[in-house]
Amino acid sequence: MRLLRQAGWIVWKDLLTEYRGKEAFLSTVFFAFLVLIIFNFAFSPGSESTPEVAPGILWVAFTFSGVLSLNRSFLMEKETATLEALLLSPLPRGTLYLGKMAANLLFLLLVEALILPMFAVFFNYNLLPFSATLALVVLLADVGFVAVGTLFAAMAASLKTREILLPILLFPIVVPVLISAVKATGALLERLEFGELIPWLKILAAFDLVFVWVSYWVFEYVVEES
Amino acid sequence: MILVQSVSKYFGYFPALRDITFGLDLGRFLTIFGPNGAGKTTLLKIIASLSKPTSGSVRIDGYDCHTQSQQIRGRLGYISHQSLLYPQLTARENLTFFGRLYDLRPLEARVQAALSGVGLQDWADQPIRTFSHGMKQRLTIARALLPEPSVLVLDEPFTGLDSYASEILRRLLHSLKNERRVLLMTTHHLGEGLDLADRVMILHRGQIRLEEEAYSYSREEFGRLYAELVSETR
Repeated sequence: MRLLRQAGWIVWKDLLTEYRGKEAFLSTVFFAFLVLIIFNFAFSPGSESTPEVAPGILWVAFTFSGVLSLNRSFLMEKETATLEALLLSPLPRGTLYLGKMAANLLFLLLVEALILPMFAVFFNYNLLPFSATLALVVLLADVGFVAVGTLFAAMAASLKTREILLPILLFPIVVPVLISAVKATGALLERLEFGELIPWLKILAAFDLVFVWVSYWVFEYVVEES
Repeated sequence: MILVQSVSKYFGYFPALRDITFGLDLGRFLTIFGPNGAGKTTLLKIIASLSKPTSGSVRIDGYDCHTQSQQIRGRLGYISHQSLLYPQLTARENLTFFGRLYDLRPLEARVQAALSGVGLQDWADQPIRTFSHGMKQRLTIARALLPEPSVLVLDEPFTGLDSYASEILRRLLHSLKNERRVLLMTTHHLGEGLDLADRVMILHRGQIRLEEEAYSYSREEFGRLYAELVSETR
C-alpha cells in the first residue's frame, strides 16, 4: 500500500510539472494533429482504401506521439539531475518505475482523448457506438507500449542519440502490441462482432502482464550506474 | 560513521580511484581537495550509493552501501552544485514531494522548519525557477537535511555562488558541524574547505596524496603543500 502511495506521488509530481510547463503536451498533440492532417490529404475520407488504412493511421499518430512523450519523461529528470535525487531516496526502484509508467500512461491517454475526436472528424467515423470497446483496446495497447517505453526511455535518457535510439529499441519489441491494436481497431471500425476482437485483446493483455512484470524487475539495473 | 575500504573504480581501463581507504566518525567534517579529474565526485557518488566501486567496499553505520543501499539511503543527504529540484514546483512542493518519498512525519511541520532553517519561508510558495542560484542552493540544503540524515555529502557546494550566498552556506555548514553528523565535502576553495573541516584529504589521479587533521596547517602552508602534491606527478 505504501509503495502504491509513493508511486502515486511520482505521478502527481510528473503531471503537475507537465501541467505547469505544458511543453510536451502541446507539442505532442500538435504533432498528432499534423500526422492526421497529412494522412487525410493522402487518403481522402470517402475513398475505398480508407477502411483498410484508417486503423493504421490512428496508431501511427498514437505511437509517434507516444515516443515523443516517452523521450521527455526521463530527459527532464536528467537535465535537472533530479533522477539522482530520486535514486538517493529510499523509494524502491520498482516503485519509481511504476510511478513513471503510470504518469506516462495517463499523459498518453490524455493526448489520445484529443486525437480520437480529430480522427473521427478527419476520416468521417462515428466512434460513439463502440467507444467503450475502443477505449479498452486503447488502454490495453497503451499499457504494453508504455511499460516497455518507460524502461527504454530510462535507458536512452543519458545517451546523446536518445531521440533516435528510443524508437529503434522500442518498435521491434512492441510489434505485437501495434499489430493487435491495429487489427482490433480495424474490426471495430468495420463493426465486426466483439468475438472477432477477443484474440487480439488476449494478446494485448498477455503482453501487458509479461512486460509490466519484467520491466518492474529490470528497471533497477537500468537506472543503477555500473 | 563511514568506513571506506580499498575502494577502486575503473571506467574501462582508466583508473578513476585506486585503493582508497579511510574512516570518518560521527561529528567529523572531512574536506576532499583535488584538481579536476582527481576522482572526488566519483568517490562521493560511490559513498552515496549512486555508483558501484569496481572493488572494495563502503559501509555507513555498519550497512554496506551497495548490498544494503536501501537502508543507507534514508541516512544520507547529498548536495551537489546542481539543485536536484524541480523548477516548475514551488519550494514547499519540492520539499513536500521528497518528504513523501522518505515517508516523513509530521511532514508539514518538518517542511516548514526546513524552509525556515535556510531562510526561505517567505518564498515557500514561489516556483523555484524564479529563484537565484544561491536560493536554490539553500533549498537544496533544506531538501538534503529534511530526512535528518546522519551523513551529509556535499559535492562542490560553493560552485557558482556569489559572495553573499557563499557566506550563508558557510554559516549553515558551521552550524551543521555542531550537530552530530558526518560531513564530507569536495571543493576547489582551499581556504574555505580548510576552515570548515576537522580533517583534510588531497586526492590526485585517483589516489590519496594526503590525509591529515585540518588544524595541522595554516591556509598558506596548506596552499603550498597542495600545489606541491598536485604538481609533482603532472
